[in-house]
Amino acid sequence: MNVVILGCGRTGATLALQLTSRGHSVTLIERNPEALRRLGKTYPCRIVLGSGLDVDVLEKANVRTCDAFFAVTRGDNTNIMAAQIVQRNFGVQRVAVKVADPQRAEAYRKLGLFCINAAALLAGMCRDWLLGVEYEPIDSYNVLVEEMGI
Amino acid sequence: MYLILVGGGNVGLQLAKRLIARGHEVLLLEKDARMAQKLGNHLGDEYVMHGDGCEIHSQKAAGFSRADVVVAVTGEDEDNLVVCQLAKEVWKVKRVVARVNDPNHEQIFRDIGIDDTVSATGIIFSLIDQQISSDELIPVGHLHRGHVEVVESILSHRSPWVNKAVRDIALPSGTFLVYLVRDGNGMNISGDTVLTAGDMLVALVPVARAEELRAALLDKD
Repeated sequence: MNVVILGCGRTGATLALQLTSRGHSVTLIERNPEALRRLGKTYPCRIVLGSGLDVDVLEKANVRTCDAFFAVTRGDNTNIMAAQIVQRNFGVQRVAVKVADPQRAEAYRKLGLFCINAAALLAGMCRDWLLGVEYEPIDSYNVLVEEMGI
Repeated sequence: MYLILVGGGNVGLQLAKRLIARGHEVLLLEKDARMAQKLGNHLGDEYVMHGDGCEIHSQKAAGFSRADVVVAVTGEDEDNLVVCQLAKEVWKVKRVVARVNDPNHEQIFRDIGIDDTVSATGIIFSLIDQQISSDELIPVGHLHRGHVEVVESILSHRSPWVNKAVRDIALPSGTFLVYLVRDGNGMNISGDTVLTAGDMLVALVPVARAEELRAALLDKD
């Protein structure tokens, strides 16, 4: 698959390495060249330097023809905006968005974005690990706990 | 009217001052604590709240649910987008306005459903454009959420409208000539008004018809 990842932070770099080692073709978009050190000495993927909110940069990363797009910078709003540009302007079907704020993630899930909230995932897996329960599919962890609702 | 402004930079501060002076109920949300404190000292504490305007619980505390207008004027387009989108979708705020710093993002905001955007670059560009072009239709502003354009044009001596009475000019549908400046004096326009070269015309035109108006004015097809 052709995959475009926005953001070479811990999540983006790990995902890029995991996907390339399984033979997928990855393009990483990153603003800060320093961040690329997370990929190790030889970059296993194509790099496009620039902002993920810049349509020209997205075009250069071949978003138009990619099979999936991940917005995983540390900025929730950057991820949310980039994901919507990619969905609406480039017609990408499989778009996943990292959103650290659980309520914002829930609000945008209701608007149709696939928002992954790391805190909810980690907490749910910690819970199941502790209780010795079998792990569940991602969607069952990726929900806002009721008490945190509006 | 209850207006919430998000982003206490210079734009937010100046906007808040003017709106408060007009007697509106205003709340300025600023996410930096020290900055919020400063703004509070300046405007009065009752007009300022410390909080991240992109977070649902700050929005709740600020009273987004009863806001008539939410205006996002931070320096980051992605923050302004999220503020406006959540205001519209979660809190059902009727009117949201976004400052757009990168003019390339204006169309993206519209596509996403944020119709009211203000781009300083766009405004300055149109002012400069106004200075350097005379044969052109110059956009002055927008009405009706951007569907109707206010334009002005200085009538060139080559225009087929010169020496014609306004009633004899075929205008695109929905288009109105509303005002005329001749030799520095503003005049109302009637059907009898005969146009001359150098007249500055102000017109209202549906955005979709602007090109047609330009063609009629310049006699180009």
